[in-house]
Amino acid sequence: MGYTAKFRVWRGTDEDGALNDYDVDVNEGEVVLDVIHRLQATQAPDLAVRWNCKAGKCGSCSAEINGRPRLLCMTRMNTFDQSETVTVTPLRAFPVIRDLVTNVSFNYQKAREVPSFTPPPDLKAGDYRMQQIDVERSQEFRKCIECFLCQDTCHVIRDHEENKPVFAGPRFFIRIAELDMHPLDTLERKHSAQEDYGLGYCNITKCCTEVCPEGIHITDNAIIPMKERVVDAKYDPAFGLFRVLRARSKSTKTMNEQADRAWSLLCSVEAGDVDYASVRSDVEDAMRQAKGVASTGTVLASLEALDHFEAGRLDEAAAEAQASLSWHRSAQERSDAWVTLARVYDAQERPTATVEAIENARRHWPDNPRLRHFGGDERRP
Amino acid sequence: MTDLERHSYDVVVIGAGGAGLRAAIEAREQGKRTAIICKSLFGKAHTVMAEGGIAASMGNVNSKDSWQVHFRDTMRGGKFLNLWRMAELHAKEAPQRVWELETWGALFDRTPDGRISQRNFGGHEYPRLAHVGDRTGLELIRTLQQKIVSLQQEDEREFGDPEARLRVFAECTITEILKEDERVAGAFGYWRESGRFIAFDAPAVILATGGIGKSFKVTSNSWEYTGDGHALALKAGGSLVNMEFIQFHPTGMVWPPSVKGILVTESVRGDGGVLKNAGGQRFMFDYVPDVFRDKYAHDEAEGDRWYTDPDNNRRPPELLPRDEVARAINSEVKAGRGSPHGGVFLDVASRLPAETIRKKLPSMYHQFKELAGVDITAEAMEVGPTCHYVMGGVEVEPDTGAAVGVQGLFAAGEVAGGMHGSNRLGGNSLSDLLVFGRRAGLGASQYLDGLDGTRPAIAGADIDQAAAAAVAPFNGDGSENPYTVHTELQMTMNDLVGIIRRSEEMQDALEKLEELKRRAAAVTVEGHRQFNPGWHLALDLDNMLLVSQCVARAALMREESRGGHTREDYPLMSAEWRQVNLICRADGDDVSVTRQPLPSMPDELLQLFEREELNKYMTDDELTVLPEGDA
Ligand SMILES: Cc1cc2nc3c(=O)[nH]c(=O)nc-3n(C[C@H](O)[C@H](O)[C@H](O)COP(=O)(O)OP(=O)(O)OC[C@H]3O[C@@H](n4cnc5c(N)ncnc54)[C@H](O)[C@@H]3O)c2cc1C
Ligand code: SF4
Ligand code: SF4
Ligand code: FES
Repeated sequence: MGYTAKFRVWRGTDEDGALNDYDVDVNEGEVVLDVIHRLQATQAPDLAVRWNCKAGKCGSCSAEINGRPRLLCMTRMNTFDQSETVTVTPLRAFPVIRDLVTNVSFNYQKAREVPSFTPPPDLKAGDYRMQQIDVERSQEFRKCIECFLCQDTCHVIRDHEENKPVFAGPRFFIRIAELDMHPLDTLERKHSAQEDYGLGYCNITKCCTEVCPEGIHITDNAIIPMKERVVDAKYDPAFGLFRVLRARSKSTKTMNEQADRAWSLLCSVEAGDVDYASVRSDVEDAMRQAKGVASTGTVLASLEALDHFEAGRLDEAAAEAQASLSWHRSAQERSDAWVTLARVYDAQERPTATVEAIENARRHWPDNPRLRHFGGDERRP
Repeated sequence: MTDLERHSYDVVVIGAGGAGLRAAIEAREQGKRTAIICKSLFGKAHTVMAEGGIAASMGNVNSKDSWQVHFRDTMRGGKFLNLWRMAELHAKEAPQRVWELETWGALFDRTPDGRISQRNFGGHEYPRLAHVGDRTGLELIRTLQQKIVSLQQEDEREFGDPEARLRVFAECTITEILKEDERVAGAFGYWRESGRFIAFDAPAVILATGGIGKSFKVTSNSWEYTGDGHALALKAGGSLVNMEFIQFHPTGMVWPPSVKGILVTESVRGDGGVLKNAGGQRFMFDYVPDVFRDKYAHDEAEGDRWYTDPDNNRRPPELLPRDEVARAINSEVKAGRGSPHGGVFLDVASRLPAETIRKKLPSMYHQFKELAGVDITAEAMEVGPTCHYVMGGVEVEPDTGAAVGVQGLFAAGEVAGGMHGSNRLGGNSLSDLLVFGRRAGLGASQYLDGLDGTRPAIAGADIDQAAAAAVAPFNGDGSENPYTVHTELQMTMNDLVGIIRRSEEMQDALEKLEELKRRAAAVTVEGHRQFNPGWHLALDLDNMLLVSQCVARAALMREESRGGHTREDYPLMSAEWRQVNLICRADGDDVSVTRQPLPSMPDELLQLFEREELNKYMTDDELTVLPEGDA
């Protein structure tokens, strides 16, 4: 089963180095990293290579095998012909320290430029509520093991040192997308992706997706959706090609439309324009339709809270409004939930809680139109 | 010293795994200038490999769970040898530590009502492990890494320098803790990249260096696990506790040879996978020990019902604590009922739909597909025991992580001992890292506040000595190669101080270790100091040898079988030995082992157990003084 393989390995640095040839034994089931280790133990004790887990989990052992960016520990020897020479070189996009080890500090600098996760300030540890379906998109990006193979392969920086300062690279596009899609992150991120991180340089060649050992759909699930959403603000030549591939899911759209319909009806009740009884069946119908297509009830919590309130079910209204505070991330949604809570507390004649709720509503969104119910002496609707 | 780089910090944390990062975050939040030092790149520490989950009694899946139940499970798993105070703090604080991760951006899998989902694991009475598929360690490391970045962003805004109060020194290895008199003064090491020396002036040093598995041939551990922190503590005058207890995880890969030892997560069993021998028999039913008899299912039908109705059925014996399962597999293989490559079968394919397997165990699916060419949704895996975790470690004060015997030294995570007793439950390590990482960060900060501005100073001569020791391997006589000595050490520990131990074999091991120590002194490395793995290994080798001596000495002394220590010549658990901890200290070039009484549990904790259960562990003397009326 064993055989002797021909290996050609880069030894030295960028300025001073060469490919060295080795004949080395290979046993059944081995990966390239095993062979590199055998070289260390038998022929080249000072051959420099990074590795940790040897199971594709840590992203340390990135290099190029026959010119392709790969993990040394996940490349099985039986993928090569026994007569083939296996050439192992360091990542090309980064400066070589020695042999197969490169200086990847570029990536750590870029990591520092992405503003970190910013949850709603009033949401306490232990109170986070998120649906599985809502976290799955970000979870895909959090599978990233930071092997930086995608960074290595991306032509925008692979041979263009000059683009490095203005281009974060695919690893950080998925980081921004991950935060953008986090159900409880409150920062606006799409526009900065285009302007501050060089998303515009990407012309969707998909090379990054192809090399990702974690199978993350970098282009389809992160880059294209982000480009799609900044397109209104900025024309992006690459985008036109891909627009057709990405229609918003129909069911989400129906849900949003129906939820909006119910919400505006309830707001006109609140404003005193119409009577609750006269819109009740319409509201119920819209809510039923929204729930019917939605896979989760999360976006509907503040809507239900307001409906309960108008129907006089105060306890249920309070419970839903509170629940929605742990679901919703946007300032507007949180503010709305607080307004509803304020109305509940007011009806329950709890002045301190009412004032506090109004303050919270105002802090999240000072111009919330629903706050005008509390104008004048601050707490009388 | 001309090529010495020097830095001054309040707190130096050695290690960037879960424990080190959590300790550093705490120290920095307490206002201390903090350095984090690690051997590999930032974000690659061993913690990244953890798969199954993090144990915390949040009660999201079964609301009957509580810290008391978690405490009880932990003590049972450790066979009552745990330091009760650590187990208590751990069980009480784990939920807060997990919730806190969410505020830093962690995205755990969810329950239908939007909370953090929890899964079953061996030895845990209720579903308790928060998880992200089977890549929980990655989530933990990334979250802590990103929290550190966010603290650096704060400093950037405040001081214009992201590293003003928190800096990571990656690919930098510490070889010595430096002291002035009795107190820690700093640490000495080298940059892996350049080979240049570096010294840190710091009155408080936190060890968070992880484990020792690289001294064993078949192991799930990475090259970093050379017991550096254990050795650093010994050499600085600290002591190690429970070093005889090594956890052999029951399910490592056994084929192909190059991946032998790589972990197969326990979640495979937690989610429904079963163990079978060559005859297709679920042999674990034959291996339920008396102490666990009434807690586990008596037949397959009951075990299978438990997955859907845990209130009215007992769990299958595949979910016994790890030491039990590892020994059972070992026995089956020895009896000739093993799989073709010397393991047993772990079958999830016939138990769950393919889609579910791919969803719940994505990295196991990937790992077997890529490395062994096996599709786990269609065929059974071959698995066998692998050296996984060391229960033993630096003896510390439970509340602060302060190392016993060395002022200014702290330890947390796998490098610290006591918390897990003789056997660790799955999922209890990740929670341990966070609970005691935070406490060590806090402990170090409080220690600093007590110093009143006097900082111990490093002596120049100590630096010269440390530097001379570090370059010694370049000046050897060329007779030994570090790789060869390392391989022999791994064989020795694996074969002679492994999962089943015998007195004569351990004697042999100790002799062999003496010989290897002599040979290690003659190890010679080629090339220069720039990123030279041969040199790095030569230095790590000394640590591995010292720590292996502790393991073998303590294992020889403990004449009973308990948890991660099985003696063929003393197969039973002994109530007398339960009252004893073995403590290792450096004694010149050698190690000494002494007995120390185990602190006894206060009444309110004892009362969490039934008398009948305590009978199985405690001596008659202990039992007679138990308070009346404990239920
Ligand atoms: C495959 C696998 C799966 C596991 N799964 C689980 C699980 O599901 N649940 C669970 O609870 N536990 C699990 N464990 C156990 C758990 O992962 C470890 O016990 C834990 O991660 C150890 O963390 P730590 O912070 O103590 O050290 P580590 O994460 O190992 O970090 C050690 C750090 O110390 C640094 N270091 C070491 N020596 C030096 C030195 N001399 N100088 C400078 N730096 C140094 C290293 O570079 C590294 O940064 C698993 C372990 C393995 C191997
Ligand atoms: S798709 Fe964009 S980011 Fe990915 S490799 Fe191509 S240009 Fe680079
Ligand atoms: S996205 Fe994929 S290729 Fe890029 S760093 Fe992460 S794991 Fe590696
Ligand atoms: S060594 Fe960890 S990914 Fe290859």
